[in-house]
Amino acid sequence: MLELCGVSKTFMKGTANELDALKDVSFTLSQGEFAAIIGGNGSGKSTLLNCISGVYIPDGGSIKLDGEDITYKPEYKRAHAIGRVFQDPLKGTAFDMTIEENLAIAWYKGRPRNLRWGITRKDRELFREKLSRFELGLEDRMKDKAGLLSGGQRQALTLLMAIIVRPKLLLLDEHTAALDPATSRKVLELTKVFVKEEGIPTLMVTHNMKDAIEMSTRILMMNKGKLVLNVSGDDLKGITVDKLVDLFEEKSGEVLDNDRILLG
Amino acid sequence: MLTDIMLFLERLPGIFKGAGELGIIYAVLALGVFISFRTLNTPDLTVDGSFVLGTAASAVLAATGHPYLSLIAAFLMGSMAGCVTSLLNTKLGIQPLLSGILVMLGLYSVNLRVMGGRPNIPISRDSTIFSIPLLEPLGDYKELALSLIILVIILALLSLFLNTRFGYVLRATGDNEGMVRAAGVNTDVTKLCGLAISNGLVALSGAMIAQYQGFSDIGMGTGMVVIGLSSVIIGEVVFGSKPLIRRLTAVALGSVLYRLIISIAFEIGMPPTDLKLVSAVIVAIALSASKIGGGLAKIKKKFTTGEDGGALNA
Ligand SMILES: Nc1ncnc2c1ncn2[C@@H]1O[C@H](COP(=O)(O)OP(=O)(O)OP(=O)(O)O)[C@@H](O)[C@H]1O
Ligand SMILES: [Mg+2]
Repeated sequence: MLELCGVSKTFMKGTANELDALKDVSFTLSQGEFAAIIGGNGSGKSTLLNCISGVYIPDGGSIKLDGEDITYKPEYKRAHAIGRVFQDPLKGTAFDMTIEENLAIAWYKGRPRNLRWGITRKDRELFREKLSRFELGLEDRMKDKAGLLSGGQRQALTLLMAIIVRPKLLLLDEHTAALDPATSRKVLELTKVFVKEEGIPTLMVTHNMKDAIEMSTRILMMNKGKLVLNVSGDDLKGITVDKLVDLFEEKSGEVLDNDRILLG
Repeated sequence: MLTDIMLFLERLPGIFKGAGELGIIYAVLALGVFISFRTLNTPDLTVDGSFVLGTAASAVLAATGHPYLSLIAAFLMGSMAGCVTSLLNTKLGIQPLLSGILVMLGLYSVNLRVMGGRPNIPISRDSTIFSIPLLEPLGDYKELALSLIILVIILALLSLFLNTRFGYVLRATGDNEGMVRAAGVNTDVTKLCGLAISNGLVALSGAMIAQYQGFSDIGMGTGMVVIGLSSVIIGEVVFGSKPLIRRLTAVALGSVLYRLIISIAFEIGMPPTDLKLVSAVIVAIALSASKIGGGLAKIKKKFTTGEDGGALNA
């Protein structure tokens, strides 16, 4: 369970360019929930995820994961509990290392990085089995460097790396946005099957409102660093894209503006 | 003219032997540079200082009758220098390149202190790693044989190390630091260990060179980074880089090839004083090779198809 309480973040504090990227954001994500985050350009979605994962330390408020206060915990110390997939396919893997080596790095998350073999025969079998379930043919390319993979294959690999050790929380930051429509579908499909159905608690930033409505148990909408809408449970039943847009405009008093948002 | 060529051919075995010996010893340096330059993806200028630190430690300790121990001491002292560079970078936030320059500068004084204030100290021929009775039967080839044994041991240990769980995250750090942190690893630690091992190897190479040449000199380190880089790049281009063990071997062979090129250049009349300029030019060409290569391909395409080469980028 993830609990955010009054989280705020200001960039370049004390300068003329001071910018409140997050203002008093509070919400709770229960066990097994899948939440979508929607919002305009620069509304603070990525900053929110970066505060939860520890890339940025918030200026105020608290973040709790399964009851433990992780607000000020260094990124690498909370990483074993949090899986992440980024928008940029280059960000998730080490390009000069093979697919299996990348997977091994993720697989030993939370265990000592000592002088034992980086990968064992048993690990390899496990990776092969997991990769084959993705049906991308990656199981036969385990000794290829990650740098040779296409964007979609890389996102799939990163997704597997994020969940291979079941995380307490998964953060997806527009992880299909850089892909062409068909590949994007495929990766989203994998996300549904291996994340949603497995019940891994997830926060997914998306600009596709339809996907958001279809997949989520909770929808969070952001505007200028504020969480303006938090819909879940019964309120989510029968919701449509138009209704969401209306709700957003009613609550924020502004028109939803994001050049990449897909309303259809 | 003909006699010139005959003379050159006669000297060739000697050239090969000398280049082999130096190349093998400098291969240890090249492997050290490989770790900072390739696996950590930061050119580390500490090298010029830690190399001399190795020569100094080795000269002082060999004189007390412990040439082998001096190699270990040199490795440890080089590692410490690497640690300082890394801490300046990760804990004090100084840019990696500048951290290396600062430590290199500081080491100049440290090295002089280690050498007791003298800029040059000789090492007695009877008290080096090459002077043990066990090697006597090898005669003229004892330097070559012993250096090769040490290099092979280091190659083996290094390739084992880089294939451990820790080795994996060390290698990934240079590729994608964010991903390594996302895998729960403190990248400050991987960088620290990487630079420690890198500079340890560099100092070890310095220690062997000092004993091979019979002296330690405060000026010996100038341009060592560039020599290391040349070997790494030449090795990878000529001998390939997949899989990892081949890449390490290629770097070592690159060092031998570099020495050979230099020796032959001397033989055919290049003044020794031009060595540094030539090394710098080699590295500049090698580092820009992909760009130059791409440019050439574009031009070629333009001439052969009459089209714009821009399509190459597609
Ligand atoms: N490291 C940083 N330093 C300064 N300002 C930043 C930094 N990161 C983000 N910002 C600013 O904070 C605001 C929120 O950015 P953020 O990346 O969270 O937006 P976003 O909702 O993810 O937008 P997008 O949909 O474009 O990805 C933006 O105005 C951005 O310019
Ligand atoms: Mg973003």
